[in-house]
Parts: sequence; C-alpha cells; structure tokens
Amino acid sequence: MENKLYDYILSLGDNSLILGHRLSELCGHGPSLETDIALTNISLDLYGQVRNYFQYAAELAGEDASEDSIAFLRTDRQHKNVWLVEQPNEDFGHVICRQFLFDSFHMPLMKQLCESKDERISAIAKKSIKESSYHERFSSEWMKRLGAGTEVSNQKVQAALDHLYPFVNEFFQETPLDKEMKENGIGGDLPAIKEVYFKNVHALLLEAGLTIPEPDWRQTDGKLGYHSEHLGFILAELQYMQRSYPNSDW
Amino acid sequence: MITVDEISSEVMDIIRTVHDPEIPVLTVIDLGVVKKVTVEGKRVSINLTPTYSGCPAMDMISDDLKSALKAEGYEAEIKLILSPAWSTDMITETGRKAMEVYGIASPLEPSNDILALTEDAKIVPCTRCQSKNTKLVSQFGSTACKALFQCSDCHEPFDYFKCLK
Repeated sequence: MENKLYDYILSLGDNSLILGHRLSELCGHGPSLETDIALTNISLDLYGQVRNYFQYAAELAGEDASEDSIAFLRTDRQHKNVWLVEQPNEDFGHVICRQFLFDSFHMPLMKQLCESKDERISAIAKKSIKESSYHERFSSEWMKRLGAGTEVSNQKVQAALDHLYPFVNEFFQETPLDKEMKENGIGGDLPAIKEVYFKNVHALLLEAGLTIPEPDWRQTDGKLGYHSEHLGFILAELQYMQRSYPNSDW
Repeated sequence: MITVDEISSEVMDIIRTVHDPEIPVLTVIDLGVVKKVTVEGKRVSINLTPTYSGCPAMDMISDDLKSALKAEGYEAEIKLILSPAWSTDMITETGRKAMEVYGIASPLEPSNDILALTEDAKIVPCTRCQSKNTKLVSQFGSTACKALFQCSDCHEPFDYFKCLK
C-alpha cells in the first residue's frame, strides 16, 4: 500500500515539477517584465507544491530518500507526469495555452483532493488550491486577451491550441493506480473531472473567439513512465548539478 | 492563533524580534505564521505554517528563529506544518497597519480581491495618498504574495498584499 501511495504522490508532484521547470526557463525571457515575473511566480508556487509532495514521498520511502533525491536522481522512465507539461515553451501563446489547459485540470483535481482520506494529501491540496486559483485566473484572462486580441495574437494562440489540445485527454487516462486511489478515497475521480473540464474549457475558448480543435489521437502513457523526447532534455538540465557533483549543497 | 498564556514571555519576546525578511516591518507573530510554541526548560519547539508553498523566506525565518533563541541560550526545533493552511486573515491588525505605512496595501475581502485583480475595480487605496483611483500593473508582484498597483493620482507604484483564503 505504501509503495502505491508513493507512486501516486509522485504522479501528482511530477506534473508540477516538470511544468515548474518549463516556466523557470522563462526567467528573464518573458515577453514583458510583468509576465516574466508572473510566470516565474507560478513556477515558484509549483515548486513549493512539489516540495510538499516529495517530502511526504521521501518519508514513505524511508532510508536515504529525500525531496532532493526524488527530484534530482530519478530517470525519465521513473517520472509520472503527463506529456502536456513537458511540451516546449515555443512562444507566449504556447506558454499561456499550456498553462490554461493544465490549470483547468489542476483546480478541480485539487478541489477533490481537499477531501482526500489521506490527511497529508488533503493538507497539501488545501494549501495548493489557494495558489492555483491565481494561476487559473492569470492563464484564463490571457487566453481571452490573446484570442480576442489582434489577428496575429489570435492566430498564434489558435496554433498553440491546435498543437497542445490533443494532449489533454491524457489527464483522464485512468491507470490501475488512479482507479485504486479513487476507490479507497485517497485519489481524485478523473471521469468526474473530465466532464467539468471540457465544459469549462470549451466555454472559455468560445468566449475567447477560438476554434475548439477536433479530437485527435496522441501518444500518451506519461503516467506509466513513457515520455516524449523533451523530458530527457529537461532532466539533463534539471539534474546536471547533482549528477556531476553528487551531494553538492549550497 | 497561538495560545500565549502558557508560554514564557521571555521566549515570546525573543520570537517577536524575528521579522519577515521580505517585509521587514512585520514580525513573524504579526505575519501569523507562528502556530504553536512549546517550551520545556531551555528547549523550544515552534510550528510554522508557510505563507505560500514555495516561499523562500520560510527557510530564512526558521534559521533566524533558531539563532535568535540560541543567542539567549535556548535550543529551538522548528517544524513546518501545512495545516492549518495560512490565510491573510492570520495577519494581525498591528501587522496590517505596519504594512500600510511601509507601502503595502492590505488584502481586501475575497470578492473585492477578485474585482481588483481581474475587473480593474478602483478599490485598492494608494498607500501614499489614500486615493482609490488606482490601477493594476501586474497580478504578480515582487514576491508570490503580492500584486503590483499604481496610483493614477499621485503616480506612486505600490504593492498590494493579495487575499489568500
């Protein structure tokens, strides 16, 4: 049971870890000072949430495990994040669209996890949901602004949406672990979130004057440890220090 | 809030000397992050609830508390707790006033907070001239807990402490 709980916590934490990393890449590269600060603030919140998850996972793992060893010393196949969060920043439209598609999933999931029978997961969710409501507000507002902005901004964010939208179905891929965690009252109910998700996302996309892409098939199974080539490059940068200089500290 | 009765006032006085490194006018008590203090002889244990999950100030506050107590001969153990999750309601009245003087507008109630941050409602008073003719510059400010505003009358840029409930 403890091992399954450990895996489930990693699946929650890894989405925030990888998206947090992608956003941190924008530090000093945002299109304006305000958006640069906003995106790195969101990155910091996500990293904070990751620390909470990984500290818990490290306690369950025992022995020499720590939040750092979990973040810096796992291989790509040991990561449980979905493909959406590893997609590159490309342009501001992609960054906002990815964030919007993630936040729209993250918020209802956190809402459910507030009621988790696992007290620690519930406490982390209650903490995270307050921060993530700001993220959702930020990304939704920008989706509307880009969609209903100029012809160019509309085209760019539509292109980003067309590229990223096929990845969202993976959120709702229920692995045996997801099912078990749902049934024992610890994890989220993905089919229930799916309904809310598409209703909310579609409403906002229409308001933003964007076209909802046709359903499309994409390779998934990130939750099972199969990833796009992007994750390897992310981990190379994320883990470089600890791999080259083991146990270095500052 | 914390129960002060059973705690030696000397320990509380030492804790009150520790300030938030990013808002130095606020003591950790005024910020509302100190949730429980127990003293046994020279051993003090303190429960801290972080403001934001990723707030880098928390590690520094822990270290500052330890060294302030150590200087007076106490051994401190700090535990970061997640529950109860911190909310801006935990900032004391003294803390709010100190922040205003320092140039940070206090958090509004949630419904007004949303209006100020997304609907451009002119309701956040300027910390310099008190005019409510102010505008949002950025939903995210110099730290995770703040948004950036500017007064349209006196043109002062100032921070707004976002409501977190």
